[in-house]
Amino acid sequence: MTTPFYVSPEQLMRDRADYARKGISRGRSLVAVQYADGIVLVAENLSPALHKISEIYDRIAFAAVGRYNEFENLRIAGVRLADLRGYSYDRRDVTGRGLANAYAQTLGTIFSSGAEKPYEVEIFVAEVGGSPVEDEIYRLTYDGSVADEHRFAVMGGSAEKATAHLEAHYRDGLGLDEAVALAVAALADEGDGTPARELGAEQIEAALLDRTRPQQRKFRRLGDTAVTRALRAGEPPASGG
Amino acid sequence: MTSSPAGRLPEPFLVAGSSSFTDFLANHAPELLPGVRTPAVSIPPAALPHGTTIVAATFAEGVIMAGDRRATMGNIIAQRDIEKVFPADEYSCVGIAGSAGFAVEMVRLFQAELEHYEKIEGTTLSLDGKANRLSTMIRGNLAMAMQGLAVVPLFAGFDLESGAGRIFSYDLAGGRYEEHSFHAVGSGSLFARGSLKKLYRDGLDERACITATIQALYDAADDDSATGGPDLTRRIFPVVVVVTDDGFRRIDDAEVAAVADTVIEARMARPDGPAAPLI
Repeated sequence: MTTPFYVSPEQLMRDRADYARKGISRGRSLVAVQYADGIVLVAENLSPALHKISEIYDRIAFAAVGRYNEFENLRIAGVRLADLRGYSYDRRDVTGRGLANAYAQTLGTIFSSGAEKPYEVEIFVAEVGGSPVEDEIYRLTYDGSVADEHRFAVMGGSAEKATAHLEAHYRDGLGLDEAVALAVAALADEGDGTPARELGAEQIEAALLDRTRPQQRKFRRLGDTAVTRALRAGEPPASGG
Repeated sequence: MTSSPAGRLPEPFLVAGSSSFTDFLANHAPELLPGVRTPAVSIPPAALPHGTTIVAATFAEGVIMAGDRRATMGNIIAQRDIEKVFPADEYSCVGIAGSAGFAVEMVRLFQAELEHYEKIEGTTLSLDGKANRLSTMIRGNLAMAMQGLAVVPLFAGFDLESGAGRIFSYDLAGGRYEEHSFHAVGSGSLFARGSLKKLYRDGLDERACITATIQALYDAADDDSATGGPDLTRRIFPVVVVVTDDGFRRIDDAEVAAVADTVIEARMARPDGPAAPLI
């Protein structure tokens, strides 16, 4: 009889984390930026049909990077949870925090259970409030940890470069066009003085939660025309300041 | 709502396949579905509030639906300002007659169903798809209907494919019938339909169509004790909604009041309403 090799729990978790991280880093990044009237979510996505950004409920949006079938599964679970809450209580009782908690528990349990492979996903749960200080962006990672982000947040493959770009250029109270242009510029930034990649509207998926929208449902997608217009109007000065 | 021991979302949340909220409820929380608590005995109409008359009429740009504001429990007026016309989604509306409590629950489920489908599939159901979905819900309520808790909705919407307003009526067994030009449901519906027969014509504009539905509700209230007429002392007037290419819109109370006031003023001179030509 052979004795199984001893693997320390630390090593086991590290291996699982490496596995998940590797999967996520293969994909493109996704950026969430707070602007004056809400939160805009921008991703690099060539497919007009397979979305990375979606509506969950009145004031809540979902964005994800990583393995499509896994985050799609979580998205649908989120829609079901939100609709169930809203139906059995009231629409106002559906919160981004509740949803982020449910995702965190789910991802955490899957990550630490030996029976399943960890999900190779990272998720944003964004909720728009009555004013910018009430806006919430939760960032969830493959192991179920949750971070409460402010002003902007980045996840996915080249998150460091995009974060560095946003740290240098973000300011409070951006207009929508400026916020979209800034997010696209952050995604295109190659860092280290390398010229930025060219990103056209057809490579961009963008959606927003707009607190000024008169409808109950604040989520709205930005089509190619709207993105092109935003890129033209919100172009930052050449100096990048 | 139940959760699995480890706190993660239970299995029904994570299974793929269904875009229906009702199916999800049936699987995960069946106690929340209307129709699961069918009473063993028949409930007399005086025991629960009942909604009464709803009318709908199409016009050039879309469709209008209006409902009176009365709910009755037998001979008692249960509520003077109940609302019985609701948005179903951005391009459709639903009005309800029958047992108010169950009807409102059914509308809430119907709204959730349409929104759920839209979010999961990323596209809206066709107008016929929505109408069929409502059929299924009414059919699920059949046992309740047999115990005196019937719900009879009227569904109308703007068909984005054909570019016109359409109206659907239902029977208790979930049968779905498309109506042309106008229709009414509820206790005062016979009088409202008779009224619209004489007043309705093709090519009405929005304002004229609203006036026709208000006239019809006035006639219904005139002859049916369960339908509420305009309440002049409390300024309570029908709920009127319009669905066009621009989506669902509830007509402002002040605007409805203005139309109602002109209708009432004309009725001061001729209480039976406008006379239609004989030939």
